[in-house]
Amino acid sequence: MTDAPAPSFEQQLVSHRDYLLRFARLQLRNETWAEDAVSETVLAALAKPQSFANRSQLKTWLVGILKHKVIDALRHHSREVCGLDSSEDDDADPLEYLGFKVDGHFSQQPADWGNPEQQLSSRQFLEVLDVCTNKLPSIQGRLFLMREWLELSSEEICKELGLTPTNLYVQLHRARLRLRECLELNWFAKPHAT
Amino acid sequence: MMPFNRTCKEVTALVIAREDRALPWRERLALKLHMAICAACPTFERQVLTMRNAMKQWRNYEGDEPVQRH
Repeated sequence: MTDAPAPSFEQQLVSHRDYLLRFARLQLRNETWAEDAVSETVLAALAKPQSFANRSQLKTWLVGILKHKVIDALRHHSREVCGLDSSEDDDADPLEYLGFKVDGHFSQQPADWGNPEQQLSSRQFLEVLDVCTNKLPSIQGRLFLMREWLELSSEEICKELGLTPTNLYVQLHRARLRLRECLELNWFAKPHAT
Repeated sequence: MMPFNRTCKEVTALVIAREDRALPWRERLALKLHMAICAACPTFERQVLTMRNAMKQWRNYEGDEPVQRH
């Protein structure tokens, strides 16, 4: 009995395309930029084929290349990325979602989310987190993912995009509070089957 | 004068800000003092820490199938 022939390097690369595209879209919020970044990633990988012990290692390597391509795209489109040319994002202060009285006290105590370490790695939770991240307005989403996916420091982000720290912090503050709200509504305030 | 007094609203903003920048010592101290006497803000702080862990899980999510979008 013989196994099916091992897939070629090219076939392996193609099998990861959707996975890469998902991150590129989430980070760039622009279909064309995302497609380009993934294509460039695949081309770069083809230019120096390597063998990997398993699928997961190849994926990690590809994601590493993709991150570089994505940073190039963000830098190249920096004006659009952080909204210097538009005002599509809202100005609402999401701290208001939390409900504060005039004197700065909570009008309602924040909910106890319990001790959800186990849940956090569950597939269902990660799907909710993914959807909530995707729902962030595009500028907030891009900047938030530069912190959380590209793992850049705030200083690095400002430098890459020519953004002032104040602008960056306002957007990140909004993104984090929106995400909190979304997770609360769609996960922590809901009963779970598991 | 109470130079380290902060409202819950201000402390909440600091807890969020701490995810992206280092707070000056004055703010760190004010945060600590407030946390010691407040019931609500430590709960909020735990939510933020949970989110920090959640993003770490998400980032390292190497499941062989990508998360399905509906």
